[in-house]
Amino acid sequence: MRLKVERIPAPAWMRPLIPVGAILLTFLITAVLIVLVDADPLRAYYYFLIDPLSSQSGAIEVLVKATPLLLTGAAVAFAFSGGYWNIGAEGQLYAGATAATAIGLQMHGVSSWIAIPLMIVGGFAAGVVWALAPALMKVKLKIDEVVTTLLLNSVAIFIVSALLNGPWRDPISQWPQSPEIAPSAIFPRLIARSRLHLGFLLAVVTILVLWFVLTRTAFGLRMRATGLGVPAARFAGIRVERTLLTSALVSGGIAGLAGVSEVAGIQYHLIDALSPGYGYTGIIVATLGALSAWGVGLAALFLGLIDTGAQTVSRVLGVPVYLGEVIQATLLLVTLAMMLLQGYRISVRRRGP
Amino acid sequence: MGSAATAAAVTMQDIHKSFGVLQANRGIDFTLERGEIHALLGENGAGKTTLMRVLYGLYQPDSGRILVGGTEVRIRSPRDAIAHGIGMVTQHFALVPPLTVTENIILGNTRGVRLNIEDAHQRVASASERFGVPVQPRALVKNLSVGERQRVEILKALFHDASVLILDEPTAVLVPQEVDRLFATLRNLVSAGLSVVFISHKLHEVTALTDRVTVLRSGERVGTVDTGATSQAEMARMMVGRVTSGVENTSEADRGPVVLEVDDVVAVGNRGVDALQGISLQVHAGEIVGLAGVSGNGQSELAQVLEGTRTATGGRVAVGGQDLTNGDPTAIMRAGVGRIPEDRHASLVGDLSVAQNLALEHLEDFSDRGMLDRQLIRQHAVEKIERYQIKAGPDDKTRTLSGGNMQKIVLARVLERDPAFIVVSQPTRGLDVGATEYVRERLLEQREKGAAILLISEDLDEILSLSDRVAVIYEGKILGVLSADEADAERLGLLMSGVVT
Amino acid sequence: MSEVFEVGFIVSLIGATLRVATPLVYATIGELFTERSGVLNLGIEGIMFLGGFTGFAVAFGASEAGIEEYLWVGLLAAMAAGVTMGLLMAFLSVTLGVNQHVSGLGITLLSIGLSLFGNRMVFGQRQVLPTVEPFSQLSPARAIESIEPIFQQYALTYIAFLVLIPLSWWILFRTTFGLQLRAVGENPEAADAAGVSVFRTRYIALSAGGALMAAGGAFLSLAQLGAFSPGIIAGRGWVSIALVIFARWHPVRAMWGALLFGGVFALQLRLQTIGFDLPFELFLALPYLVTIAALAIAGRNANYPGAYLKPYKRE
Repeated sequence: MRLKVERIPAPAWMRPLIPVGAILLTFLITAVLIVLVDADPLRAYYYFLIDPLSSQSGAIEVLVKATPLLLTGAAVAFAFSGGYWNIGAEGQLYAGATAATAIGLQMHGVSSWIAIPLMIVGGFAAGVVWALAPALMKVKLKIDEVVTTLLLNSVAIFIVSALLNGPWRDPISQWPQSPEIAPSAIFPRLIARSRLHLGFLLAVVTILVLWFVLTRTAFGLRMRATGLGVPAARFAGIRVERTLLTSALVSGGIAGLAGVSEVAGIQYHLIDALSPGYGYTGIIVATLGALSAWGVGLAALFLGLIDTGAQTVSRVLGVPVYLGEVIQATLLLVTLAMMLLQGYRISVRRRGP
Repeated sequence: MGSAATAAAVTMQDIHKSFGVLQANRGIDFTLERGEIHALLGENGAGKTTLMRVLYGLYQPDSGRILVGGTEVRIRSPRDAIAHGIGMVTQHFALVPPLTVTENIILGNTRGVRLNIEDAHQRVASASERFGVPVQPRALVKNLSVGERQRVEILKALFHDASVLILDEPTAVLVPQEVDRLFATLRNLVSAGLSVVFISHKLHEVTALTDRVTVLRSGERVGTVDTGATSQAEMARMMVGRVTSGVENTSEADRGPVVLEVDDVVAVGNRGVDALQGISLQVHAGEIVGLAGVSGNGQSELAQVLEGTRTATGGRVAVGGQDLTNGDPTAIMRAGVGRIPEDRHASLVGDLSVAQNLALEHLEDFSDRGMLDRQLIRQHAVEKIERYQIKAGPDDKTRTLSGGNMQKIVLARVLERDPAFIVVSQPTRGLDVGATEYVRERLLEQREKGAAILLISEDLDEILSLSDRVAVIYEGKILGVLSADEADAERLGLLMSGVVT
Repeated sequence: MSEVFEVGFIVSLIGATLRVATPLVYATIGELFTERSGVLNLGIEGIMFLGGFTGFAVAFGASEAGIEEYLWVGLLAAMAAGVTMGLLMAFLSVTLGVNQHVSGLGITLLSIGLSLFGNRMVFGQRQVLPTVEPFSQLSPARAIESIEPIFQQYALTYIAFLVLIPLSWWILFRTTFGLQLRAVGENPEAADAAGVSVFRTRYIALSAGGALMAAGGAFLSLAQLGAFSPGIIAGRGWVSIALVIFARWHPVRAMWGALLFGGVFALQLRLQTIGFDLPFELFLALPYLVTIAALAIAGRNANYPGAYLKPYKRE
């Protein structure tokens, strides 16, 4: 008797079950942790999933928390779709944030109509610049982009730290944070007296553009073909190197926008704790969203929901807020495993003669 | 059962092996006597490699017996085969390049935790001397030439006490001097008691080296003869057999001017050696030139050069007078070349839809200022699906289609552009009867319309039933071109085996 | 500035270098073995983090329970946690064949999340960090005052340089397992044909690698700090990824890489106290930039293990 494991294409009805199944399985696993802190899992999940959506302020907070994730998720999804493994979204985010701060600090007395677009363009450009070296190394020298983009994340954080401890150290508080950017550079609120800022609109527009490019443009189709199979793409006459390069650079730019959004919309100055890992969470978002624009949108909102709920759960039930991160990471790993397992059929067969 | 002393080294009785519907070995009997070099001769798909993989434990036979030295054995894996003294050197060496020769030889056969490297070097060196297979134990495999690597593989088998050595197309990657060295080595080993199975399709080597020849064709044993007592013509005839008729190539279309000119093209293959060694060929409008040859003689590389996915390091390619040497795929397509490649998966993106794949090569025609005209793409797909009888919907993912339907997509993409020249490789490999007929009929249709077609196929029947002229490729060059009337089995078989008459 | 060239300065610099390099030695060797088997483990940052937390938490509990060798118990617990994460990575990447970049990052995020969760759960939110009495340093050269700082090191540092590095070299190049590991990482088909179990080899490499990575993290909390704080690892896992490539997958070169990084780090700390005002972040960024440059120069001939990032499926 031996086990025969064969790969078969997953039946169509199975595909939508995966996110549902993954979420259920994740919650089952993380329930263990909730029990360990003497809390009730069902109540905890209520606060994670339902409570934030049951009030306007909660729903708004979800959108606020989802904003950077929408942007980094879109950035990573754009790169991954084209077959470029951009692990450097975190560094590109900081590059964008730095540019936004540099510009924002100079915008005293300048109209918002100029300051804000300038910051956005500058932040995007900074992200592109930060993505350039690894992209060129990949295209010209065939060097794996995973390690190079990863290493540049650390370098970006060091540069930010150097700036904040040096020329940009806030002269008033003497803390490692930059002075505040000009008031005209601050992103306006989308809903009065809430934390929801222009960055959310920027994120939504980015997602729509992502959707449009991927599904409606010739470039998007060429990019996807490259990501799905370089030999076939090359055979069809697609300029693979040029496509990869574009993928990589645009991805960097979008991640840069995430940095702009956090500086101009939430913090108003540059701090080195600007991102609690949004660049990496963006990879979770892109993977959960299976690289489609809708998927990325939903995944970012879901993770934003978890982030919001984590705060509540911590406050109300005393469950450490970090459960949110555990849930997100577990969800990723479970989803990955399920995406692989869906394509398998295990059968037992008798040995041949 | 004879006594061990007089029993054959290996006896295979009535071996059957099928892969799905494909019957690779049909009741084959094969006997290897002690101390002989026995050739296993046949063209593509004859079943030679399958038979030896069964002997080496890589495949399990569906039925049949194997005897080693007169005793029946069960060989379930290469480890069993090695334990019975059977070693195999395949076309793709199982070596680890950054390791030394010694480390490669002892890999998987070391005892205990510690590795006594010096001792191992010594043992390899003395084995090398004992068997007359020169190697440098401390050399890194990645620094060795192909011939030297092959010697390491041979020594590896001998090191593990092989008394039977199977060599699968060993000269495919060797230059002539290395071939001579190999033959000398084998003769020495055989005189010391080794028995050798030599899988080949090259007649001059078979006649030079071997004692007996077993010829396989279409999974069956045609016969076993003494090498010395049999002419090459006879062997070729046994190898190729009769011509079977399929689609009738009946029309007497007039040949037009030269469309494809391949002039002395040189190109490097995947193994780093020149796969094309100055190949020249011409195809006229309104004719089908079939390129016959045993796989591995440069056909794939020639197709890739013509398709624009492999660089030619010398020579010239022109279509309709236009120089297309090393042109990129887009330029090649624009010059009116249609490409039906060998590997459907290398030209279709499996996870894209049928409609998207149909449009992929010419997206400019389906987009307006960068935006896709999805209506047009869909419409185009629906048209093609109907015209070419593709059993799929426009939005189906291409990888869910059968091989035949995938091939129809490739056909549709190419033929709708009325190409002046079509390069088509292995068009019906893996397809069922219906799809095969369909594809062949479409090709003949294009010929009627005046297209120049280069048909590269391992299926000799296909070549013979479709071609106006047949060119034979051997070791990266055209060895001979015959007209349809002249191309009989014997002449083709000789050419394909490297014999020029 | 002239103080830099005084013997005292140099001696204390060397001592500090060895100390700073220690966690990198453990982590880099762990990743080195993993990558030599053909798998990239981006979970290293998280596993170091997890090791740091687990080591501290268990040591704390053990010391409260009155166990004498609470530090070693903590270290063992940390290594066990590392093995667990290594096995999880192996299951995802080797058995299932999941994309290694994403699974590795997932493990980093999971490990960090679990550690922070555990930290809050066990210790709550305190103003003053809970501490344990950390490992004490050995002082074999106590008598000779001038060079004493070099030899006043933790036992774990001695182990790292005098045991782990030579042992790693020996395992890799002089044992059956090492030979099989190298074969599996370069050409799994050839290894499989020779009868070596690709799966088993990779599982072992990932587990042992995880244990070492966690040990590196535990060193920081149990020896250097005597406490656990979220900033404890601060990217050292990513440094180790860089060092493995920089060392071209060789244990002795990995040691030099770790020392180089440690030296630069220790140097810039000391330069700051003297009043040298170059931003220290420049020095911190150096190993990363040097590695990227080294990659660019080596190009595609960077001698990555042949099977790097490719899951193995036997046909």
